[in-house]
Amino acid sequence: MAQLTHRASALHKSIPAVLFAARGLATASTSPITVETSLPFTGHKIDPPSRSVETSSQELLTFFRDMALMRRMEIAADSLYKAKLIRGFCHLYDGQEAVCVGMEAAINKKDCIITAYRDHCIFLGRGGTLLEAFAELMGRKSGCSKGKGGSMHFYKKEGGFYGGHGIVGAQVPLGCGLAFAQKYSKDESVTFAMYGDGAANQGQLFEALNMAALWDLPAILVCENNHYGMGTAEWRAAKSPAYYKRGDYVPGLKVDGMDVLAVKQACKFAKEHALKNGPIILEMDTYRYHGHSMSDPGSTYRTRDEISGVRQERDPIERVRKLILTHDIATEKELKDTEKEVRKEVDEAIAQAKESPMPDPSELFTNVYVKGLGTESFGADRKELRTVLP
Amino acid sequence: MAATILHGVGATTALSSINYNNSRRSLPERKRTSLVIQCDGSLSSGLNISNNRGAKLSTNAVATKQENVTASTTSKPGHELLLFEALREGLEEEMERDPHVCVMGEDVGHYGGSYKVTKGLADKYGDLRVLDTPIAENSFTGMGIGAAMTGLRPIVEGMNMGFLLLAFNQISNNCGMLHYTSGGQFKIPIVIRGPGGVGRQLGAEHSQRLESYFQSIPGIQMVACSTPYNAKGLMKAAIRSDNPVILFEHVLLYNLKERIPDEEYVLSLEEAEMVRPGKHVTVLTYSRMRYHVMQAAKTLVNKGYDPEVIDIRSLKPFDLHTIGNSVKKTHHVLIVEECMRTGGIGASLTASINEHFHDYLDAPIVCLSSQDVPTPYAGALEEWTVVQPAQIVAAVEQLCQ
Repeated sequence: MAQLTHRASALHKSIPAVLFAARGLATASTSPITVETSLPFTGHKIDPPSRSVETSSQELLTFFRDMALMRRMEIAADSLYKAKLIRGFCHLYDGQEAVCVGMEAAINKKDCIITAYRDHCIFLGRGGTLLEAFAELMGRKSGCSKGKGGSMHFYKKEGGFYGGHGIVGAQVPLGCGLAFAQKYSKDESVTFAMYGDGAANQGQLFEALNMAALWDLPAILVCENNHYGMGTAEWRAAKSPAYYKRGDYVPGLKVDGMDVLAVKQACKFAKEHALKNGPIILEMDTYRYHGHSMSDPGSTYRTRDEISGVRQERDPIERVRKLILTHDIATEKELKDTEKEVRKEVDEAIAQAKESPMPDPSELFTNVYVKGLGTESFGADRKELRTVLP
Repeated sequence: MAATILHGVGATTALSSINYNNSRRSLPERKRTSLVIQCDGSLSSGLNISNNRGAKLSTNAVATKQENVTASTTSKPGHELLLFEALREGLEEEMERDPHVCVMGEDVGHYGGSYKVTKGLADKYGDLRVLDTPIAENSFTGMGIGAAMTGLRPIVEGMNMGFLLLAFNQISNNCGMLHYTSGGQFKIPIVIRGPGGVGRQLGAEHSQRLESYFQSIPGIQMVACSTPYNAKGLMKAAIRSDNPVILFEHVLLYNLKERIPDEEYVLSLEEAEMVRPGKHVTVLTYSRMRYHVMQAAKTLVNKGYDPEVIDIRSLKPFDLHTIGNSVKKTHHVLIVEECMRTGGIGASLTASINEHFHDYLDAPIVCLSSQDVPTPYAGALEEWTVVQPAQIVAAVEQLCQ
């Protein structure tokens, strides 16, 4: 492990450990720790960034907590789905947490993120609360979309999270539109348009990429390559599964998506690039433990050995746990306590969400149109019309 | 000040002219499960609103109907222009007024627009604000929608409406539904416009009428312009609207000339236009067919008929108030449209009128639409795919027997 090489050379790292006698998590410092990513970056038409990532003990602890929270949320959603409290489609993100947590560490809330339907954790990362997430999954009024969106339609306007989209690939042109608006208003922010290896074969992606490159839009296209487009492995769907190269004239970077620090480094690098030079593609090599959705067992097209192998060797949370332990930032027990806390938080949110009421019947007809120069219509036959004249 | 017109849940009630007591037939007693939210936010259930409605009626509501009458009451002389110039004027005024308004489409910038609607705008506002896109309808419409989510007000031009079929996914799923699925967080103030309809021997793929395909999408509004006056007014209203609006223009109407007011005016997106008041038959039409209807109307007047011609303008939602008032007066309805027979605007309108105003009809509604065929290239055949004035005259004569 790369961390081991640091152990010997970073003697000064243990000094904070000595200074802070009561080494509670609250006293985690922000002094920089440099860690090397597990794998080097591979670049396409661009010089990849360095493997050395600067982080801090505070940041690592935050990473651990955030990822543990997301993991716990997804597992809880699994049970809720089996208990028939969540219906319809439910696409779980466990295994891929490092991508969204690493991304959040590199950007701010003015930057926009748009993704497809595997959006629960990204919503959380952008400032969404557990209650909003669970309530929306259960179709309650206090959900982030008032219960009217569902699992695939989480949005958080204040957090710069633009959803949550069910149609594969359709969010990428939207993402380029967000980048266009950012360039139009000159606000020095970027858009991360996320999609999967399945969506990478959509034509609209290349159309959008062409336009983004033509006008130097600050768009970063992030391919979360979990190697399976539902049941189809990437080598069966794409002639060239090197998704970071598929941009041709657009530079690309291949990143180990299970390493949160690598993701952070890549996103930081991409943001700087996009603000100056236009679009860039990031391919995150990641993995999902669950099937495509809750109706897919996930084992008919891949072996259980493969899944458990990834879980043992590349799990993002375990990686951060090892980092924390080797740098003596926290003890094993403290981390377990964090996990317990997180579990409690999730359970409380679920309990609260279960209490939350269903939406009113009148909500069926609200938010179809915006009030103002529009109409409020009720019923498919528009029996009630209200017009507002300018 | 905003004035409101409230329509009845029973659908046959107008505002002041009819009260529940002496209508010549009783309202069908249907179970109402939908709730009515008054414009002051209070809830009331179905049939009790008659008491409140009188209070809500404002004289402004009636007065604005005068906007629909082609300007003759204005103080200034007005200026003459062609329909595409009227569209451009409306567009330019809105771009001047609001820096968030931008245009994107194929050849809208340097070329000036394939129908010259955006001519000169790129020189004035720059390449980013009047954006020449590559030929990628699906993604540039998606881009426009994404930009609209952040607060920009893009106008996406389809060089021909038919090309927007490629963007159907974006228009249906993202444009129409995002406001709802995000629980009201995002609004999509986009305008999608372009010419459609049967032209002069343009061939099947370039003569499409997409109103029928888009009309079921929840969350969008559709309007069709037919004169320079309403083209400018509707363009401005569409841009100012916070809802996604699809503005249907017609290839053959771009060179219509009319005198329009010098003052600024914005029309209501949901109102129909009374073209010619009458008392024998209500003729509902929109876009190019308005002119065929008016031509037929000349013949009809000579034959002693008095048709009431309404340009419905708003294809989604229908202005059932104006239409209803007319039906109650004439008791005969003829719909003349260029849309396809099957599942077209006329089909929906027929169903809508039958449902709401059935008791007021003395005869079944007649709907004249284009034939359910791809538009042929040969001139004579093309003429017979659309409704001609002679057919309209014959239909009125038969209807009024």
